[in-house]
Amino acid sequence: MANYEVQELVEWDNRIREKAAEFGLDWFPQEFEICDHVGMLGYMAYSGMPSHYPHWSYGKSYEKLKTLYDYGVNGLPYEMVINSNPAIAYLMRDNTLLLQILTIAHVYGHNDFFKNNFTFKSTRAELTIERFKAHAMRVRRYMEDPSIGIEKVERILDGAHALAFQCRRNLAIRKIGRAEQIERAVEAAQPRQDPFSRLHARPDYHAPETNKVPLEPDEDVLLFIRDHNPLLQEWEQDLLTIVDEETKYFLPMMETKIMNEGWASYWHKKIVESLNLEQGMHLEFIVRHNQVLRPTPGQINPYHLGFKIWEDLYRRHTEPTPEELKRDGYPVKNGTEKIFEAREVERDSSFLRRYLTENLMRELDLFQYEPRGDELVIDKVSDEAGWQTIKETLIRNVGAGSIPVIKVEDADFGHNRTLYLKHYHDGRDLQLDYAEKTISFVHRLWGRECVLETSLQGKRSLLCFNDRGFSVRALK
Amino acid sequence: MTSETIFREYRISDAERSDRSAGDRLRHREKVRESIRENIADIIAEESIIGKNKDKIIKVPLRGIKEYRFIYGENAPGVGQGDGNAQPGQVVGKTGKEGPGQGDGKAGDRPGVDYYETDVTLDELIEIMFEDLELPNLERRALREIPTDRFAKRKGYRHVGIRVRLDKRRTARQRVKRVLATRHNQIAQGLETPKNADGNERRFPFHQDDLRYKHLETDVREESNAAVICIMDTSGSMDTMKKYLARSFFFLLYQFISTRYRNVEIVFVAHHTEATEVTEDEFFHKGEAGGTFISSGYQKALDIIAERYHPSLWNLYAFHCSDGDNFDSDNPAALRAAKELSEICNLFGYGEIKPLGSRYYESSMLNVFRRLDAPNFQAVLIERKEDIWPSFKAFLSKDRVKE
Repeated sequence: MANYEVQELVEWDNRIREKAAEFGLDWFPQEFEICDHVGMLGYMAYSGMPSHYPHWSYGKSYEKLKTLYDYGVNGLPYEMVINSNPAIAYLMRDNTLLLQILTIAHVYGHNDFFKNNFTFKSTRAELTIERFKAHAMRVRRYMEDPSIGIEKVERILDGAHALAFQCRRNLAIRKIGRAEQIERAVEAAQPRQDPFSRLHARPDYHAPETNKVPLEPDEDVLLFIRDHNPLLQEWEQDLLTIVDEETKYFLPMMETKIMNEGWASYWHKKIVESLNLEQGMHLEFIVRHNQVLRPTPGQINPYHLGFKIWEDLYRRHTEPTPEELKRDGYPVKNGTEKIFEAREVERDSSFLRRYLTENLMRELDLFQYEPRGDELVIDKVSDEAGWQTIKETLIRNVGAGSIPVIKVEDADFGHNRTLYLKHYHDGRDLQLDYAEKTISFVHRLWGRECVLETSLQGKRSLLCFNDRGFSVRALK
Repeated sequence: MTSETIFREYRISDAERSDRSAGDRLRHREKVRESIRENIADIIAEESIIGKNKDKIIKVPLRGIKEYRFIYGENAPGVGQGDGNAQPGQVVGKTGKEGPGQGDGKAGDRPGVDYYETDVTLDELIEIMFEDLELPNLERRALREIPTDRFAKRKGYRHVGIRVRLDKRRTARQRVKRVLATRHNQIAQGLETPKNADGNERRFPFHQDDLRYKHLETDVREESNAAVICIMDTSGSMDTMKKYLARSFFFLLYQFISTRYRNVEIVFVAHHTEATEVTEDEFFHKGEAGGTFISSGYQKALDIIAERYHPSLWNLYAFHCSDGDNFDSDNPAALRAAKELSEICNLFGYGEIKPLGSRYYESSMLNVFRRLDAPNFQAVLIERKEDIWPSFKAFLSKDRVKE
C-alpha cells in the first residue's frame, strides 16, 4: 500500500503549482483521479477516455496490455493525462509518494503543452469529455436499434478504423471548400497580365475543369466517402463522422509526441529540483527520472530525445559556446523566451528540423539502419556525411509521417463511380498485404470499385478491389 | 494561479465500475473463435493434430482480427540511437520482427506486433469444429437411449418414511421447537412448568409430529451409446499416405461422435481378402499385403454388430476407407453387404482415397456404390488432405432421420 495520504498529495500539489507558476507554465484546471492497475489498464485501452464507444478492438487492446503487464513485459505508466479542460490525469494508487510528486509535476508540463501548443487548438479541449460521451451514446444507440444492430455497426466501424488516419495532417491549415476551389481554379485559368502582350501571341484560354469531384485531391478519405457515397444511410454517415472526429482529436498527440514528452520531462525535473526534497526522496527522484529518460539502445526514446533537445535549445540561448556564437551570432531571445515560443509554434517534424543540431545528433549517436536481407544494418552514422540524411529519415518517421499519404483523386473514374485513390510515394512502399485488406474496407464503405495507385518496387501499379476481389495491375 | 486542483480518491466502487472493457473483450473473443472456425480446414489438414491427446496445445494462426491500415512496408529505413560506438555495417536487428526504431521511437501509428496466433487445446478446437456440425437427427436419440445408472437423489424431508432414513438432527430440532413453544405458552398464561415428584422438570418426549425423514427420489439417467466401426483396406496397395488420409478421417469421425454420445465404443476392422478385428495401433501401423475383398470387411462389421452392438441399443456409425482397388468378382457381394450395413447403421460411408493423379489408372468402387440407393449412405473421394474436412461434412449431412 502506498506511503501517503491524499491530503499530502494536495499539499505537494500546491507547492508544485506555486513553482510551476513561477516558471511561467500556464495550464488548464487539473483533476487527478487515483486508480489501481486494473483501472489504469482500462483507461489505457480506451486512450484514457472516461467514456468511449464500444468496439472489439478496445477489448483486444485491453487483453494485450493485460497480458504484457501480467507477464511483466511492460510495466504501467506512472500517469496518463488527457487533453481536456479541465485536464484529467490518472495516478497509480500503488506508487510511492515521490513518484506521485514527480508525476504531478510531469502532468502540469503536459497540461501546459496541451493548452498552449498550436496543434491542440483544433481539439476544443473544453468539450472533450462531453463529446466522447455523446459519441459513445450515439454508437450504443445504433447498436441497440433493432433495425441496425451490433453486426452492422461493427461492419462500418471496422472500415472506418482502417481509414481513420487517412486524413489531413495539419489541422491548423484551413480546409478549402468546393466553392472556393472553383473560384481558385477559375482565377488560375485567367491569362496572366503580360506587359508585352502586344509582342506575344495571345495565349490559348483553357476553360478550367470545374465538374470533377474532387476538384483538388482530398486527403480526408473518410469524410470524402461520407459526403459522396449516396448509398450511405444517415447512421452510417454519423459513424464515419464520429471516427473522424476522434482521429482528429488524437492526431495532435501523435504529431507532438517527442516535444510533449520532452517538455513534460524538462519541467518535472526543474520543478522537483526546486522543491528541495529531503535527501532520500531526492535520490529516489534521480533514479526514477533516469529510468524514464534513459535512451533505448537501437531505438528512439521520445522522452529522452525531446528532453535533450529542449535542454540544448535552452542552453544555446543562455550560454552559447564560442563556435555557436561565431556561427549563429548572439542569441536574440533568452533561453526561457525561446523554449516557450517553440512549445507554442512547433510540432515534432518542425521541432526536429529546426532544433536537432549536428552536435546533438553526434552526442546522441543517432544512426540510420536499412533492411538488408533479413537483417537490419546500420548504413549511416551521424558524421559529416550522414547526419542530414539521418535527420530527414527521422523527421519522416515521426508523427503522421509514419502514415502513407493517400488522397482521393477521382470519385467517378472511368465514368463508373470508381473511387480513384493515389498514394503519394516518397520512396517507401506500402505493405502489400495490409494494403489489400485496407482497400477492401474502402470498397466496403464506398460500395463500388476502388483503385489505389502506388509504386511497388519502383513500378507504378494499380491495386484494384471490386466485387470479384483484389487484383494488381501494372501501370505504364 | 488558476483554480484549485481536484483530487479524486481511490474508491473500490470506481475500480469495479472500470471493468468496462468486458463487453468489448467478449466481442473480441468471439471474433477469435470465428476466425478459428474459418480456418478450420487448414488446421485439420495439419498433420500434427491427428492422434494427439486432448490437452495438446495447438498454435492456431489467426486471420481477420488484425486491424488493417495503410502502412509502410519493410523497405523503409529507420533511425535509432546508438551507445556511442555505432558504426556502419553493424547489425541491429532482424526484419519482420520488432526491429529497432519500431518501439516508441516512431511515435507514430505504426501498429505494434499484432498477435498472429493463439493457443487452443485440441479439446477446444474439436468443440469449435463441431459447433456448427449439429447431427441432424437428434430426435432419434430418444429411441436409442437406454436407461442406466438408476440412482437416488436427496430431495427434501417428509413426515413419514422408513426408519433408516430418519434424520435425527432435524427431528431433535423439531422437538426443541416444540419445547420452547410450550414454555412460552406456559409463561404467557402464568402457568408453572410441570414438575416431577422429585422436583425435576418433567420429561418432554418426542412426538410423532417431530419425526423427519429424508426423502429420496430415484433418478433415471438416460445413456446414449454409439459405436464407431472403422473399416480399412490394408491390402498391399494402401501406402502410408493413403493410410494417413484414412486415419485423419477416422479421427474426425471418432471425435465428432464422442461429442454427441456419452458412451462411445470404437471398433477397428482391417481387411484384405479376409477381415480381422484389430487394435488401434495395428490398424494404423501394421502393413499387410495381398488382394482386396471389400465384402469381407463389411461382413466382419456385420458380424460384430450382430454380436455386440444391437441396433436398438446402439447408434452405429460405420465408415470404410479403401483405395477402391477391389477384385471385380467381389463387387456384387460388397454391394449387398453395404446395403445391409446401411440398413442397420445411422450412417454408413465409403471414402475412396486416391492421392492426386492416381485415380485415372486405378479401378474405383465409386461407380459400384453409385447403385446403392440408401439415404444414409455417402461415398466420398479424398484426393488430398484438404479434402478431408469437406468430405467429412458431406458425410455427416447424410445422417438419416429414423422415425
